[in-house]
Amino acid sequence: MTAPIIEIQGLTKDYRSAFWGKRVKRSLDNLSLEVREGEIFGFLGPNGAGKTTTLKLLMGLIFPTSGTARVCGRSIDDVAMHREIGYLPEHPYFYDYLTARELLHYYARFSGFSAAERHERVEKFLKRVGLESAGNIQLRKFSKGMLQRAGIAQAILHDPKVVFLDEPMSGLDPVGRREVRDIIHELKQQGRTVFFSTHILSDAEMLCDRVGVLVGGKLQGVGAPSEMVSVEVHSMEILFEPAADRPLPQALTARATSVGGRYRIAVPENSLYDALDELRAAQARILSVSPVRPTLEDYFIRLVGREKAATNEAELVTR
Amino acid sequence: MTSSLPAVVAVNTFREAVRDRVLYNLIFFALLMTGSAILVGQISIGIERMIIVNLGLSAISLIGLVMAIFIGVGLVSKEIEKRTLYSLLAKPIHRWQFLAGKYAGLLLTLVVNTAFMTLGLGAALFYVGRPFVRGDATILVAVYFILLELALVTALAMLFSCYSSPILATLFTLAIYVTGVFAGDIRNFGDLSSSGAVKALTRTIYYLVPNFHNFNAIAAASHGDHVAFALVWQNTFYAAVYVVIVILGATAIFSGRDLK
Repeated sequence: MTAPIIEIQGLTKDYRSAFWGKRVKRSLDNLSLEVREGEIFGFLGPNGAGKTTTLKLLMGLIFPTSGTARVCGRSIDDVAMHREIGYLPEHPYFYDYLTARELLHYYARFSGFSAAERHERVEKFLKRVGLESAGNIQLRKFSKGMLQRAGIAQAILHDPKVVFLDEPMSGLDPVGRREVRDIIHELKQQGRTVFFSTHILSDAEMLCDRVGVLVGGKLQGVGAPSEMVSVEVHSMEILFEPAADRPLPQALTARATSVGGRYRIAVPENSLYDALDELRAAQARILSVSPVRPTLEDYFIRLVGREKAATNEAELVTR
Repeated sequence: MTSSLPAVVAVNTFREAVRDRVLYNLIFFALLMTGSAILVGQISIGIERMIIVNLGLSAISLIGLVMAIFIGVGLVSKEIEKRTLYSLLAKPIHRWQFLAGKYAGLLLTLVVNTAFMTLGLGAALFYVGRPFVRGDATILVAVYFILLELALVTALAMLFSCYSSPILATLFTLAIYVTGVFAGDIRNFGDLSSSGAVKALTRTIYYLVPNFHNFNAIAAASHGDHVAFALVWQNTFYAAVYVVIVILGATAIFSGRDLK
């Protein structure tokens, strides 16, 4: 089995509350995880969980209190490691006096390309992120979405083996998010590894081979999205249209939700046939019957709630 | 490629300065000061040259100082505050290369700015119809000394920028500069004191802070006096050593700093 492309061992980060402060806040607590080459790994967690702290540690922007990490076989202390990676920070901000084209040329110079190769890559990636017509506009005039695209372009311009994206969908409209998802898929098809943090769980479910959930600085679970949620079906959802001249039974209408003239109702799996019989008796038109499975969001909220309860309990004990 | 990375950062820093419109106001002000010297010189017959050279070099020094301090303190802190440093340091560049590049970029800006203003001074002298004489070479020496002074001030501003806010960094840099200008006087004051502690303190200050007074050749230039070649070498060596020490200090601080 090949070595993981990202290896994190016991990574911990403490912050002092003030310059002379004795109080220490643990932002990341003994994080250990591995990411395999070629996979899309989603790093999930609520605000303040430590996701950005983890990414900043890996980028060398901050230094760990303890623990180690390696990317592409090199320690995160090794500047040469950065030749193999690309990084998009959260809410990226670039030199606003530069145009998009100048920005990409600037960053491309750090990768040692020849002038001709640099020019070719800049044009290619401007086109790839949909900024070719905005290449000569100064970044100060860019919208948030355009800045995000410019940020993605600078992160992948030099064909890195691993791409780190901190909230890549942030600030994008549905079209923009779709384009970013496509870029992430494309990177995977090229054999690159993508490590991205996100709040948008549906994106993680759609894109990721595996996800890790961080809550309160601690890793709560790692696995494929499908492994993390129960495959058991607990209830069934029926979508139906009532007959124009026949009222529905009160018991059904009380539990149904209206969806633009149609109705949706969830019933326990063992009551499905009884519910269908009632609807048929009321001459309702049954449109669909589908199983309701827990989502990644359900799992995530359960974990966050559990961690919060544990934190509150610990605080009560301390007092 | 490693050796050229500071140059990449330097060129970008220079480009930022060129596109910053505030600088053009400063240069305009400096040229205005030089131009006004022509008017003042006409009032004082016979000392026209002295007035123009004195005011012109003072304007060059003052504007250069303002740029060195106010841009210098933002060299690192601005990049941290705006988080442009995040994506930059994710590239294969050492922090010391980034610092060296920022320093070189601002120094280049100061050299270009000073060169333009020196041309302005030369144009003012030419305008008043005074022929250039051998003694005018001292003007170039004075400009060179101003550049050495600015190189030192920029290094100090960048050092303070690595760990404190722009306001504090400005205050610290100004404090060191003013102390350095009066370093000789401070030492002389201490020598007059009967207290051994005061003598020791004033001598420590004298040897610790850069002695900016040695870089002031404006009076010599305005009088057309010769400046000894030995002083040129001495000042160059002194500035170079001091700048290297300060930048090494800045590198040590910045290399261990968390970028929040």
